Amino acid sequence: MIFKVFPAEELAALYELLAVNPIVGPVLKGRDKKDNALYDFALTSGFADLALDYGQTMHSAKKFFLPHREDLCTFTLSDHDWDKHVDYGAYQHTVLFGLHPCDINALNKLDKVLMESVYPNPFYGAKRSNMFIVGHSCSPTPSCFCRSMASDSVIRGFDLFLTRLDDSYFAEVNSAKAYHLLEKIKSYHATDRDHKLFRHAVSEKNKKITAQVDTSDLTKILDMEFHADVWQEWGDKCLSCGTCANVCPTCYCYGVEEEVDLDLRHARKEKLLYSCNLVDFAEVAGGHNFRPESHTRLKYRYYHKHRGFVEAYEESLCVGCGRCGNACLADITVPEVIASVRGGDNNGK
Amino acid sequence: MENKLEFIDLGATDQPEQARQSVHDFEYSHKAEITNVYPLTATEKLYQIQICDPDERHNFTFHPGQFVMLELPGIGEGPFSISSSPIRHGDLELCIRGVGNMTNFLNRVERGTKVGISGPFGTHFPVENMIGEDILLIAGGLGIVPLRSPILSVLENRSRYGQVDIIYGARKPSELLFGYQYEMWKQFDINLEIIVDEAEQGWQGPVGLITEILKKRIDQGRDADFRHKTSAIVCGPPIMFKFVCDQLTHANLPMEKMFVSLERRMHCGRGKCCRCNIGSTYTCLKGPVFDYWSVLNLKEAI
Ligand SMILES: Cc1cc2nc3c(=O)[nH]c(=O)nc-3n(C[C@H](O)[C@H](O)[C@H](O)COP(=O)(O)OP(=O)(O)OC[C@H]3O[C@@H](n4cnc5c(N)ncnc54)[C@H](O)[C@@H]3O)c2cc1C
Ligand code: SF4
Ligand code: SF4
Ligand code: FES
Repeated sequence: MIFKVFPAEELAALYELLAVNPIVGPVLKGRDKKDNALYDFALTSGFADLALDYGQTMHSAKKFFLPHREDLCTFTLSDHDWDKHVDYGAYQHTVLFGLHPCDINALNKLDKVLMESVYPNPFYGAKRSNMFIVGHSCSPTPSCFCRSMASDSVIRGFDLFLTRLDDSYFAEVNSAKAYHLLEKIKSYHATDRDHKLFRHAVSEKNKKITAQVDTSDLTKILDMEFHADVWQEWGDKCLSCGTCANVCPTCYCYGVEEEVDLDLRHARKEKLLYSCNLVDFAEVAGGHNFRPESHTRLKYRYYHKHRGFVEAYEESLCVGCGRCGNACLADITVPEVIASVRGGDNNGK
Repeated sequence: MENKLEFIDLGATDQPEQARQSVHDFEYSHKAEITNVYPLTATEKLYQIQICDPDERHNFTFHPGQFVMLELPGIGEGPFSISSSPIRHGDLELCIRGVGNMTNFLNRVERGTKVGISGPFGTHFPVENMIGEDILLIAGGLGIVPLRSPILSVLENRSRYGQVDIIYGARKPSELLFGYQYEMWKQFDINLEIIVDEAEQGWQGPVGLITEILKKRIDQGRDADFRHKTSAIVCGPPIMFKFVCDQLTHANLPMEKMFVSLERRMHCGRGKCCRCNIGSTYTCLKGPVFDYWSVLNLKEAI
């Protein structure tokens, strides 16, 4: 990796250089009742829009690579025939400016299922191939447990990663495009002093991460505790609303619906992001439901993320961004659920 | 505009043919025509579906037990087991029960309707590994549909297999499928035993549970070789295949030699929508055909 440094005030110049492309970044959306700032990823119209000191956004940047609704295809219908038209829904390169390590890691995980597997998904692939990613160091919130999920730092899947030092930015340069860009602003190769400052900044950040999940032997423990009572208790609280999946940067499951236009000449097949907590997720025609109770669905969500994905890819499908816990009306958080399931360890004593 | 990032058009990139195909396969469906519809029972019909393009039709190959996604533009798309023989390539037969939106719509379509077919998807019954062995094909209810493809495949290569038994159970005689083919199957030196839960007028066959017939077969075949030279293919509702497989396990048949086909909700068939997951295993990729050992290791499978 090539490391460069530039003065903090050059960041605006970097933004301007990229501004011939659409730039998506964290923006301040409003304040909640307790006057906490609420952030979301949105298209920016100027450098001033960027709120790079955000803690965590409410939603992930998912709508820019896994839209909640998306046409898989459209049809033109004639009397006895039809034609199918497929449009992957990407038309230009987009800059994602200010993603934290958790969210870049989330993209890397999605890449594994959606691009690097059998039947790569071109709808995601087309958007992902047209992303220029400028990562930005974070200031952890009380609900962040990225460190437990090995997602507090990121080594690939971005073009440029910026860590704020006192009055400069430490830049990890991960693509030729990014390298050329830095040539156009005042930047220099990082010195030993910068390396030290960088390491200091990282250790200061790590000190702020307080939430934790113990992942040791978690896949086995989840198997052992498959019938544990705690699932029932969490299930009783869960409203089966699907909000957790909605805000999660790594949840990708979906349903498909088809509809015919009123003129009977056009039809569409639409993909809708779904949530495994919703009641009919595993229901089949005729009414049989493979996961009728809310606790079986909640459990399944944890199984997929913390067991199945680990088995397949040796890493979890959760980056510890804490969004699901922040958004859940029933106060169900990943660290608490996992701790309670692990708590089963002591039951036998 | 020198900093304009270059748009990579995934749809048009000039990648090697193979890579390009795999990306475009995702939403690709073969256009196919429903050439014939046979009503089989009050609720099931057999649809003969031919892939329109002759080359696509010929290049469409599958193994018994695999499924396709059948699409009716604007109405819906769903997974269906291929019920025809693999040697017929893209001249497919699907046997479909009207239960929901699309399947009930299908019930009303006429010959000549154009549909979309994608696939084949999923794992298959490894009939190629069963050569030289005795085969037990056991179906309960609609389970006969995915079983028909391995049956036809075994018939076409009859000399390669030892004793072949089909044991088929249904609730009532009027729900039995493919009645017109039973004589033909028997002519291929196949022992066909049919049992129903509930007799109806005119029924002369046995009434009871499928496991009773299976018990007779096991008792008759209980020689030292049974476990070494027999494979079983079991299709039906979970409760049925669990009883059958447990019975076979007691008869010492190794679990890796029993194959079952599982059904789950599916919206893609490609390991992307997660609707088909059992525990965290994709039924569309790792299944629908599993050996019984794998089934026992799947959380929430039975
Ligand atoms: C591997 C496999 C093979 C199958 N083979 C056959 C067959 O040979 N004959 C047959 O009659 N049926 C078969 N089914 C069941 C068949 O897929 C459903 O009955 C059908 O999808 C229902 O669609 P619908 O639009 O009528 O129902 P709706 O209730 O309107 O379903 C809407 C959508 O939900 C999904 N869905 C609903 N029920 C099921 C289900 N049981 N399985 C999978 N997806 C479902 C589908 O994507 C469907 O398009 C099979 C299912 C699987 C998984
Ligand atoms: S865990 Fe919370 S956010 Fe998720 S479905 Fe249950 S109530 Fe909704
Ligand atoms: S499961 Fe929760 S904490 Fe984990 S990545 Fe998803 S939203 Fe973030
Ligand atoms: S059917 Fe979509 S993942 Fe299996």
